[in-house]
Amino acid sequence: MPESLRRLNINEKAKITSIAAGGEISRRLRDMGLTPGTIVQVVGRAPLKDPVALKLRDFILTLRNNEADVIMIEKMENAS
Amino acid sequence: MSYAATIAFAGNPNSGKTTLFNALTGARQRVGNYPGITVERKEGQFNFNDLKVNIIDLPGCYSLSAYSEEELVARKVLVDERPQVVVDIVDATKLERHLYLAVQLFELGVPVVLALNMIDDANKQGLRIDTARLSKLLGCPVVATAARTGLGKQELTEKALAHGRERAGKWEPLYISYGPDIDPALKTMSEKIEAGCFMTNRYPARWVALKYMEADEDVLGAGRLLGELHDELEKIVAETREHCLKTLNTVPEAIIADYRYGFINSILKQEIITREKTQEERIDISAKLDMILTNRVLGPLIMVGILYAMFFITFTVGEIPMGWLEGLFGWMAEMGTVLIPEGLVQSLVVSGIIEGVGGVMGFVPLIAIMFVMISFLEDSGYMARVAYMLDRVLRVFGLHGCSAMPFIISGGIAGGCAVPGVMATRTLRSPKEKLATLLTAPFMPCGAKLPVFLLLVAAFFSEHKAQVMFSITLFAWIMALLVSKLVRSTIIKGEPTPFVMELPPYRMPTLRGVVIHAWERAWQYVKKAGTVILAVSIILWAAMTFPGPPAEEVLQFEAQRQSVAAATLSEEQRETRLAEINNAEGQAAIRHSVAGRIGTFFEPVSQWAGFDWRTNIALVGGFAAKEVIVSTFGTAYSLGELDPEESTSLSSRLAADPTWNKYTALALIVFVLLYAPCFVTVVTMAKESSWRWALFAMTFNTALGFIFAVLIFQVGSLLS
Repeated sequence: MPESLRRLNINEKAKITSIAAGGEISRRLRDMGLTPGTIVQVVGRAPLKDPVALKLRDFILTLRNNEADVIMIEKMENAS
Repeated sequence: MSYAATIAFAGNPNSGKTTLFNALTGARQRVGNYPGITVERKEGQFNFNDLKVNIIDLPGCYSLSAYSEEELVARKVLVDERPQVVVDIVDATKLERHLYLAVQLFELGVPVVLALNMIDDANKQGLRIDTARLSKLLGCPVVATAARTGLGKQELTEKALAHGRERAGKWEPLYISYGPDIDPALKTMSEKIEAGCFMTNRYPARWVALKYMEADEDVLGAGRLLGELHDELEKIVAETREHCLKTLNTVPEAIIADYRYGFINSILKQEIITREKTQEERIDISAKLDMILTNRVLGPLIMVGILYAMFFITFTVGEIPMGWLEGLFGWMAEMGTVLIPEGLVQSLVVSGIIEGVGGVMGFVPLIAIMFVMISFLEDSGYMARVAYMLDRVLRVFGLHGCSAMPFIISGGIAGGCAVPGVMATRTLRSPKEKLATLLTAPFMPCGAKLPVFLLLVAAFFSEHKAQVMFSITLFAWIMALLVSKLVRSTIIKGEPTPFVMELPPYRMPTLRGVVIHAWERAWQYVKKAGTVILAVSIILWAAMTFPGPPAEEVLQFEAQRQSVAAATLSEEQRETRLAEINNAEGQAAIRHSVAGRIGTFFEPVSQWAGFDWRTNIALVGGFAAKEVIVSTFGTAYSLGELDPEESTSLSSRLAADPTWNKYTALALIVFVLLYAPCFVTVVTMAKESSWRWALFAMTFNTALGFIFAVLIFQVGSLLS
C-alpha cells in the first residue's frame, strides 16, 4: 500500500516510489530532485504545520502538504 | 592586445554566483542586484592579463526547463547572445542536485567550465572531491573555488578563457540515452527537425526534440508558428506519451529527469566524492538553528522580534549621523542666505535646492542602516525562512510564500523600494498571485515614504517613535493582505500555485557582500535624491514661486508695514508685527502661485481628510517621488517662513502650526502609505503587468487611501 509523503512524521525517512502527478508540478518536483528512488527525510514543519521541510540530496526543500500528497513513498527503518 | 571575451555565469540559486561575480568584477556592474531575485541578466567587466573580460550573471535557476521567468531569461541569453563560455557554478556540498543544471547545459551544447564553489565548506564537512577525475568524466574543465575568499578565481578565469578559445564558439551537445522507450522517438524527431531546419539556427536538433518531449511551452509556442512539422512532432510525442503511460505508468518528462539523475549518479559513483565521517556534526549547524528559528512557537516570535529590533537599531543608531546631516544642510542654507543677495536666486538655492534635497538627504543614514540589516538577513538565508513560515498565512489571502520577498523588498521591513519589489514579483510563477502581489506591494512603507513618516512622527508622536513606526509597518502588511484577499476573490480569482522552494543553509554574510548590497541600494537612493528629486524640487519651487502675488496685494502688505512703522510700538512689538506681516505675505504668495492654485483647487475635497492646500501640493509632488513630499513641505514652509536665519526644523514648525494635530498627522501618514505609487513604480508595474493594471493601482490605491484618511480625521475630530 503506497503512502503519500504527507503521512511522514518529523525525522522519519522514506524512499520515493512514484510521483502521482503530471505536467508542470511533476516537472518542477523532478527538477528540484524529487525523483523515484530518492531518499527523503522530514526535517521540519512550518509553524502552521504547512509547508513541510524535507532533506534530500544534501539540501533542504520545502513544499506544501497538498504537493506532498502526490509524492508516494515507502517508509524506511530509521537505521542510519 | 585587447580582446573582449564574454563569460556567462550560470548556476542554481544560492550557489554563490553573485559573490563570485562581485569577487571578479569588484561589483562594477550595471544593474543593481537584489539577492535571490536576479531576474535580469547583469553585466560586469574586469581586466585579466590585458584582456577585457565581460561577465554576464544569469539569474539563478535549477533547470533549463521553462518553469520560471529566470529559467527563460537564462536560456534566452545563452541561445541569443552565445557567450564564448559558460561557467556553471555548483555548490560542492550539493553536487548531485547542482549537476542537474550542468547536464542540461551540456545537452544544450554550450562550452561549459564547472566551478566547484564553496569547496572550503565541503572540506569542512569532510568531503573530498576528485576534481581531475570529475573533469575527465564530464569532459569539461573543473575548478575548485571559494567565492567568499576569492580562492580559485584566477584559475577559473584562465581555464574559462582557454576553454572558450579552444571551442571557438562551437556548440557540442552531449548525447544522453533516455532508454528504449524514448530514444527512438527522439531520434526520429531529431532527424525530421534537422531535415526541416526547424529552429536549428537557434538550438541543436536533439535539444528541440527533447523540449518537445518535455512539453516545454516556450519551445512549443515558437514551433507552433513554424508550420506543419510542429504537428508531426506533437504526434510523435503524444504516441510516446501514451506508450509510456501504458507500459511504464509514467510520463516522458519524468523518465527524462530520472535518466538525467541516473547519468549524474553514474558519474558520482566513480569515486568522485569521499566522505570523512569524522566531522559530520558540522553539517547540522543549519538544522539546529532551524529547530529554533523556524520552531512553531519561537519562530514567529523571533521573526517579529527581528523586525522590531531593526526599527530600534535604526532609530537609536541612525539619529546621530542624521543630526550631523541636518546640521550640515542647516549651515549650507545659512551660508546661501549670507552669500547670495536676496531675491529669486537666493530663494531658488536656499528654499528650492538646499531645503528640498537636504530634507531627503537627511534620511540617508537611516536608510543605509536599514539596508545593511536587510542585506544581512538576505545574505544569511533567513529571508527564505520567512517565506517558509509565512506561506500558510499568505495563502489564506490568495498569495504565495514567495510573495513575502517582494513585500519585504518593497519595504515590508521598512526601508525598501517598491520598484525592485515590483520587479521581484517575477519570481512568482502564477500570473494571478503575481498580480495580487504586484498590486499590493506598493502599500509597503518604502524608503521614500519613511522620511514623511519620520517627519510626522517626530512632530506629533515623538514619545513613541519606534512603536508608531512599527505600527505603520504592521498596518501596511494588514492592508496589503486584505486588499490581496479582496482582489483574489473578485477580479483575479484562481487556484494557488505550488510552493516548492529550497531553504539555503545559514551562512554568516561577508562584510563585503553586505556592504556592497547596502551600498548599491543606498546609492540608488542618493542618486535619486541628486537627480529626480533635485529636478522635482526645482520644478515645485518654481510652481510655488510663480506667478508672483498680484501688485495690489504687494501694495497692501507694504501699506500694512508702513502703518506698523508709523504706529507707536515698542521695538519688540514692532518686530513681531512685521514678522507676522511678512509671513502672511509669503503664504499669500504661495497661495497665488501655480502650486497653490492646484492645492487650493483640491482643498474642498481634501479638507475631509484634514489636508490643507499646502499638504495637497506636497501630495501631488509625491506622485513624482514620495521623498518629494518632505521636500515640498520644506519649501512650502520655508518660503513662508518668518526669519530665514532662525533654523527651526520642519518637524517643530509643523508641531507648532495650529492647523495640525495628531489626527491630521495620522490621516496623512495613512494616506501617504496607501495612495498612488510613485511614477517610477507605476511604470515598473505597467512593464510587469499592463498599463491597465498600473492605472487601476493608481486610482484604486488613491481612493482607498482617501477613504481611510477621511475616516481617521473625522473620527479623530469627533473624539478630540
